[in-house]
Amino acid sequence: MSTTTPAPAVPELSAEARLGMYSSMVLVRTFEEAILREYHADKGPGFDIGKGLIPGEMHLAAGQEPVSAGVCAHLTADDAVTATHRPHHFAIAHGMALRPMAAEIFGRTTGLGRGRGGHMHLFDPDTHFSCSGIIAEGYPPALGMAFAFRSRGTDAIAVAVTGEGAANQGAFHESLNLAALWNLPVVFVVEDNDWGISVPRSASTSIPNNADRAAAYGIPGHRVEGNDVEAVHEAAGRAVARARAGSGPSLIEVHTLRMWGHFEGDAQGYRPDLADVAGHDPIPAYEDRLRSAGVLDDATVTRVRAQASEQVEDAIAFAKDSPEPDPADVALYVFAEEARS
Amino acid sequence: MTLTDTEQAPQAQGGRRLSTSKAMVEAIAQEMERDESVFYLGEDVGAYGGIFSSTTGLLEQFGPKRIIDTPISETGFIGLAVGAATEGMRPIAELMFADFMGVCLDQIYNHMAKIGYFSGGRVKVPMVLTTAVGGGYSDGGQHSQTLWGTFAHLPGMKVVVPSNPADAKGLMTSAIRDDSPVVYMFHKGIMGLPWMAKNRRSIDLVPEGEYTVPIGKAAVARAGSDVTVVTLSLSVHHALDVADTLAGEGVDVEVLDLRSLVPLDREAILASVAKTRRLVVVDEDYLSFGLSGEVVAGVVETDPTLLTAVRRVAVPDVPIPYARSLEYAVLPRHDRIEAAIRSVLS
Repeated sequence: MSTTTPAPAVPELSAEARLGMYSSMVLVRTFEEAILREYHADKGPGFDIGKGLIPGEMHLAAGQEPVSAGVCAHLTADDAVTATHRPHHFAIAHGMALRPMAAEIFGRTTGLGRGRGGHMHLFDPDTHFSCSGIIAEGYPPALGMAFAFRSRGTDAIAVAVTGEGAANQGAFHESLNLAALWNLPVVFVVEDNDWGISVPRSASTSIPNNADRAAAYGIPGHRVEGNDVEAVHEAAGRAVARARAGSGPSLIEVHTLRMWGHFEGDAQGYRPDLADVAGHDPIPAYEDRLRSAGVLDDATVTRVRAQASEQVEDAIAFAKDSPEPDPADVALYVFAEEARS
Repeated sequence: MTLTDTEQAPQAQGGRRLSTSKAMVEAIAQEMERDESVFYLGEDVGAYGGIFSSTTGLLEQFGPKRIIDTPISETGFIGLAVGAATEGMRPIAELMFADFMGVCLDQIYNHMAKIGYFSGGRVKVPMVLTTAVGGGYSDGGQHSQTLWGTFAHLPGMKVVVPSNPADAKGLMTSAIRDDSPVVYMFHKGIMGLPWMAKNRRSIDLVPEGEYTVPIGKAAVARAGSDVTVVTLSLSVHHALDVADTLAGEGVDVEVLDLRSLVPLDREAILASVAKTRRLVVVDEDYLSFGLSGEVVAGVVETDPTLLTAVRRVAVPDVPIPYARSLEYAVLPRHDRIEAAIRSVLS
C-alpha cells in the first residue's frame, strides 16, 4: 500500500528553499488573478465565453500552487513537465517565461504557439514543458521524454501531471505499467482537487487514495494530505531522486484545493464546500507558517508580492501590445517544413 | 541518391528482387545505421519480426534497446513515441493493424498530429507510425480495413501508402527523415508474404543503397490515353492487371499510383484527366466521405468541364464482411474495376 502524510511534515528545508516555494506560489496566484481580471473584463453584457481579450475556456489553478511549487523545486529546465488543461501553475513553477506564455493565452503572434495553441496547449522547448487538454493523455508523452533522456545518457527526468479524475482513464494505467516495466525516469503526479468538473471523487473513484494504484505496478506510491507545500516537496524529493538515480518511476497524489470553478463561468452550484474555500487558501496559511518560523517578515512579503506583480503586469502588457495573427497565415506550421525560428 | 526529379524509383541495377516487406526493412535498417536516434517499437516487432514481416531481422541487427517489443498498450507506446519525438528522437511506432486506431487515436490525432501546430512550429514530432491495412483474406471487419481516408482527414500528419517494393523502401526513408509525423500504411497484400496470396509485382527490383522517394508525388504506373484510373496500394496491382486485359481490346488505360494521400498530388491527377477526360477512382476504403470523393471534387473544383465521365470503385458503406463471397463483393477487385472502366468508355 502507499504511504500517506497526514500532517505537515517537519522537513529540513533551508530558508531559501522555503522562500523559493512561497515566491512560486505568489507568482502563480498573481498571474492567475491577472488572467481572471483580463478574462472577465469584457465578457459582457452577461457572460459570452467567446468574447473579449481572452476567449474560450479558462481553467485557473488557484489553490493548487503547493503542488507545482513543491514538485518543481526539484527540477531544472532540462527536466520535462507534461501538464493538463489546467497548466499555468506548473508552467510558471517550472520556469516558463511569462511574456510568451501570456501572449499565447491572449492569442498573439508573440505567444509560445503564435496563437495556434491557447491556454490548454502551451509548448515551451526551453523548459521542456507541454500540456494536453485531454484527460490523462499527457502521461504517455512523458514516458517518451524520459526514454529520450535516458537514451542520451542524461539524468534528466519527466514529470507527468494529471488530476484525480484521470486516474480512471486507460492512458493513466498504460503509462504506469510501461514506465514501471521499462524503469523509466518519470514522476507521476496526481492533483486531487476533489472535483472532476462537478462530479466528486466519491462518485467517480472506487478507492479513496489513488496513490494505492502504484502498488498494482510495483512502484512507490505516496499521498500527501493537507495541500501542504513542504510535504509535497518532501515526497517529490524522494520520487525525483529515485528517477534520477535510474531506479524508476513513482506516483504521488496530492490532496489539493480547487478554489475557483472548473472553468471561469462555472457557478459551482453543485459544491457544498464553497463557503469554506477561502478559509483554506494555502498561500496565507504558508505565509503564516513562514512568519512563525522567522523566514518571512512584512518587508519580504511586500517585496515578493511587488516583484510578482511587476513581472505579471509586464507580461500582460506585452501580450496586449502584441499583434494578432494574420488570418492569411492560418495554415502555417501544420507541417514542420513551414516552421521558421 | 535522392529521387526528387523522377516520378518512380529507378530500375535496380543487377536485377536484385525483394519483397515489399524486405525492401521496407532494408530502408529502416539503413536509416538506423545512419542515425542513432531512430528506433522501432510495437507489438511483436522483436523476435517475431512483425506479424506482416515489417521488422524481420532487425532485432538481431540492432538489439532490444532499439527494436522494442511493447505490451499491448497502444496509447502508452504511441504516446511514448510522440514524447520521444518531441525530444529529438526519430521513433517508428507500429500499430499492428490500422483497425486498432480506436484504442489510441487520441495520441495520434490530438497529440502526434497537432503538437507541431500548437507550438507554432517550435516543437517538431519527427516520428513514423507504421500500420498494416487492407483485406482480401477473410480476417473479418476489425482486421481488414484500410482507413487511410480517416487518417488523411485529420490535419497534421502525412499519409503514405506504397504499392511496390522500390517505392516502399524510398518512401520509408523519406518518412523517417521527415520532420513531420508520417503515417506509413502498408497493405498486407503487397508485402510479398509467403502465407498470403500475392500479386506478382509484390516481389520486384529494388535499388541497393540509400535513396528517397519524395512524399506527395504520384507515379504513373502505366501510361495510357483513354481513361485515367487513380488508385493506390494493392488496388494499383488490380488496376494494372485490368489494364493489361483491356489493352488486348485496344483500350489504353492510364494508372496513376497516388503513393500518398497527404500531401495529395492533385496536379498529377489533373494532368492525367486533362489527357483522358475520363476518370475512375479505385479506393479500398469506404466509399462515402473519403478519398474517392476528394479526388473527384478536386478535379471538378478546378475545372467543371474537364471530365466527360467518372466512376468510383470503393467499399460500399458496410463493414468488411467475413465470408469470402461477401468480402469479394465489397472489395475493389478486378471485376468491379473493369466494369467501371467500361462504363466510363461507353
